[in-house]
Amino acid sequence: MGEPKCVYQESRPKDGKCSTKLIKRCQGREKGVTNLPIIEVKDLRKKFGDFEAVRGISFSVKKGEIFGFLGPNGAGKTTTINMLTGLALPTAGEIIIAGQDGIKDIKRVQQLIGIVPDESNLYDEMNGYDNLVFCASLYGMKKARREKRARELLKQFALDDAGNKPFKAYSKGMKRKLTIAAGIIHEPEILFLDEPTTGIDVESARQIRRLITELNAKGTTIFLTTHYIEEAERLCHRIGFITSGEIVKVSSVRALMNEAQQEKTVEFAIERGGGPELGTALLQQFSHITVKQMSPDSIRISAAEEIQLMPFMRFFDECGIVVREAKILRPSLEEVFVKLTGIEISKLKEEKGGGKK
Amino acid sequence: MRTGLAFWSILKKDMRNYYLKPPNISWGIIFPISWSLMFIMRSATPVDVRELLPGVMALSVLFGTTSMLAVTITFERKSRSFERLLLAPISLNRLMLAKTTGAILFGLVNAFIPVLVVSFLVDLSGVNWVLTVVGVLLIAVTSTFLGLFIAVSVREVFEAQTFSNFFRFPMIFLCGLFIPIDHLPFFMQPFSYLLPLTYGVDLLRFAINKTGYLRLGLSLIVLLGYSIGLFTISVHNIRKKWIY
Repeated sequence: MGEPKCVYQESRPKDGKCSTKLIKRCQGREKGVTNLPIIEVKDLRKKFGDFEAVRGISFSVKKGEIFGFLGPNGAGKTTTINMLTGLALPTAGEIIIAGQDGIKDIKRVQQLIGIVPDESNLYDEMNGYDNLVFCASLYGMKKARREKRARELLKQFALDDAGNKPFKAYSKGMKRKLTIAAGIIHEPEILFLDEPTTGIDVESARQIRRLITELNAKGTTIFLTTHYIEEAERLCHRIGFITSGEIVKVSSVRALMNEAQQEKTVEFAIERGGGPELGTALLQQFSHITVKQMSPDSIRISAAEEIQLMPFMRFFDECGIVVREAKILRPSLEEVFVKLTGIEISKLKEEKGGGKK
Repeated sequence: MRTGLAFWSILKKDMRNYYLKPPNISWGIIFPISWSLMFIMRSATPVDVRELLPGVMALSVLFGTTSMLAVTITFERKSRSFERLLLAPISLNRLMLAKTTGAILFGLVNAFIPVLVVSFLVDLSGVNWVLTVVGVLLIAVTSTFLGLFIAVSVREVFEAQTFSNFFRFPMIFLCGLFIPIDHLPFFMQPFSYLLPLTYGVDLLRFAINKTGYLRLGLSLIVLLGYSIGLFTISVHNIRKKWIY
């Protein structure tokens, strides 16, 4: 599977819409995703006394995909991840992971999964290298293999210079990276990442997103929870929205956006030849559209149905107008989330912790 | 093999991170020596050091193991590194045995420091060393599992310290170490027989001086029972509270 490039593109259009270029790159990630479910959750419930934190959720994660699990604080994200990884026992329901019973055979399942919690939880007293070697030994890896793997990961995560430093001396970003390295030391089939970029600097977050994509490109299925909606949009193949312990929607990022899109819009960046009369000419030529002149060198065309670019390109060419760029504008995942859940984005982005057990 | 490696790694990590640190080593040495000297110096009569040895050994083990285990597990739980162990593919029983073995070994070493000190003062011939080791081991296992029980019951490190003393100090005064049990007020005597240390001290007395007054078999069974019971309750509590 080729390395998807969208992860490296950190600059986005100012209005937050996803451009054609970006979407095309994102589609590249879908290579390697199979239709085989590697995680299947059926009617999963978790009660704490009278409070039902997870209310009969069902979903599946396909082998090879990055599955995003999004929701506000207290929605049940961490409780779900804890049940999937064996840190919490479901009150009811079924979990199948890689064909194994995720409740009865959890210890067998734990051999196949890697877990990166929302807080770095390695040993402060030990150095980076020893932490990795220790984590590898928990999975029964032999000495030579675990030492080799620890060295490889330190290099891959650009921590080779810090391998001998105690974990407590690491920066937040370095701690996060080493915690991810510890989560994949045994080369798990599935990696659970709980809020991997929360509370770290931009550059480290960027590196972590790149590492996540690289891991996925090598075939690791990733189950990701995040409250950064742009991150989910950028990284995930499919997304499940959870609120108040219930799954609101599970779908691919594209399908979610298409569903939320009321009308199709294309924005043309033009170099010369545009003027007030251009809008009128366009309306005369194409009756089914609406036209909005955004600036002297930008015009936005909207229609209820899919917009074919070629007729417009020909029209501009005939008018002697040079088109620099054509962008299909789509709603952001943020807009989709608000539409589906009715929850304000600010609530999703609130400082997390309230919902954690 | 696979879980054996994990067991050994956890034990090695705990020994290196907690038990073999200079402050703990010095505590492990100074504490039993202080106990020994305190008994020798405070006594108004010529002290039969050999008589004191079982009690000092038992206390050294009790304090060494309960302090270390209760604190280290609470600390790891607080820093969430304990979660990493719970999420590893090793059974909970094996994991907890790995976590407690370090404390048991620490307790064993603690117990024999007073023996080393005393060996310079008195003749230790006639001691049943096999039974002494068995006794010390059983006290260490029981005390460690008591520490585990305490660790599972609290959230904070300071709570672990306080809760440990809640068990330890009554044990010191009621186990027959300072005051023979039959000299205690009648209503308190049953409490003495509820304490594992009573049986541990008596077992060591029997092994070192042949002066124990409880049946040897009874002491062994009670200590074994306490060990199994405390371990089972602790593991059950971990399942209930930490794998919620």
